[in-house]
Amino acid sequence: MADLIALCDTDAVSEDAALRVEHDGQDYAVYLYEGQYYVTADLCTHGPGYMSEGFIEGCEVECPFHQGKFNFITGAPTSPPCTEALKVWKVTVQSDKVWIDPSSGTVA
Amino acid sequence: MSVVVIGGGQAGGRAIEALRGNGYAAPITLIGAERHLPYERPPLSKEMLLDPSSTKIDWVRPDEWYAANSVDCRLGVSASRIDRAGKRVVLSDGGTLGYDDLILATGAAPRTLAIPGGDHPACLAIRTLEDAERLRPFLAPGRKIAVVGAGFIGLECAAAARSHGAEVVVLERAPRVLARGVTPRISSLYADLHRAKGVDLRVGVELVRIDGPANAPVLHLADGSTVAADVVVVGIGVIPQDGLARDAGLAVEGGIVVDAYGRSSDPSIWAAGDVTRHFNPLLGQHIRLESWQNAQNQAIAVAKNIAGLETVYAEVPWFWSDQYGINMQITGLTQDGAEDVVRGDLDGFSGLLFQMAGGRLIAAVGLNAVRDLRVAKQIIQLGGAVRAEELADPAVKLADVAKRLKG
Repeated sequence: MADLIALCDTDAVSEDAALRVEHDGQDYAVYLYEGQYYVTADLCTHGPGYMSEGFIEGCEVECPFHQGKFNFITGAPTSPPCTEALKVWKVTVQSDKVWIDPSSGTVA
Repeated sequence: MSVVVIGGGQAGGRAIEALRGNGYAAPITLIGAERHLPYERPPLSKEMLLDPSSTKIDWVRPDEWYAANSVDCRLGVSASRIDRAGKRVVLSDGGTLGYDDLILATGAAPRTLAIPGGDHPACLAIRTLEDAERLRPFLAPGRKIAVVGAGFIGLECAAAARSHGAEVVVLERAPRVLARGVTPRISSLYADLHRAKGVDLRVGVELVRIDGPANAPVLHLADGSTVAADVVVVGIGVIPQDGLARDAGLAVEGGIVVDAYGRSSDPSIWAAGDVTRHFNPLLGQHIRLESWQNAQNQAIAVAKNIAGLETVYAEVPWFWSDQYGINMQITGLTQDGAEDVVRGDLDGFSGLLFQMAGGRLIAAVGLNAVRDLRVAKQIIQLGGAVRAEELADPAVKLADVAKRLKG
């Protein structure tokens, strides 16, 4: 049984903007897209930009630092200069909260 | 088929990356005058100076990538001539290289001081890794740095130097800082900021001569005053390196003239980055940009066109600067007579200054406002009618304004 942690309330996340949540030294970005929640690492793999401050279009998030893009469902980079994927976590929604198992992060 | 890329900066590197990324399998040769593979230049006046011990370099791609992708990199070599009729490039080492498509990514070179002593050995520009390395030892208490030119490079160097406790004098000929990049209100904020941080900022001054020993330059101003320093950072703009193209008879007007595809007046020759005067379809005019975004994305568009994927390069210009931990981003192009609209707390370095003309948003400056600035870029690109009141009202989400324009 995975050890789930609650990152935030579901209504704290909007489609326009990811929400930054810090837990145990890791910064997460929580997204809402077509009714589903997604979680990636908040820090860009290329530079010191945060996805939670990024511009969202569809299921892509654009880093505010260099405007490189990632698919936040898979974590895969979709536009230069980013070449390394963001870590992503599998999300569980329960009791109006967004939950993840911190140890379950994967990099595509 | 083959491509030769002249210029080993970011544009050259991104063009090659995008050629391979878009299925171009024929030989590619990179001609780079620097002895390094392509790297990103923004950190030269930012991270590299803020942390002088850092060894991090932002390579476009690591060296093994070029070998794995069969890219022939000739570094420390420049092109001396283009033989258009023979479709070949003559190199500085005497060699020649044939091409089917040629990409000119020769960039821009720092303007030097056209005054007596303008070539003083203590003068340096910030354009290469070596330049930044040379400045690093001066970033310490007890050292004195004279900065000539209060543009982005000069002010970023000044900010980094102050963060390490060095003494800084900034000399600017124009009546205000950042005069080419931002409106007077932002100039005034940044002038106050630098003074508050201890920079001796002098605007409207004319530097007439530099003399003194190599390690103790003396700068003489037109009013008779002098400034003694340990080193002189010269940041007075850059000059597009279009000589090769001009000598080859290509259309050149302060930059290589290219269309929205990045094609020059010779259909086999393309250009990307700082060196181009390119047609921007969104703005309906030819512009020359000195920016990271342009170096990367125009190069990618050129690469796609060569790879057979017709791609128009049409983006709203976007720049950024980091000083004293404050992130400034600029998007769009301003014009005379534009109306200023403020959102948020500009004086507190947390807000935006919009510029409107004819009922539309044409430009924006954001201070620590990355997300709103990015939406502003989208609003400029969408190009519809907006009201000053809604842009100024923090209760109105800019994303909702963009949504309305998208219809």
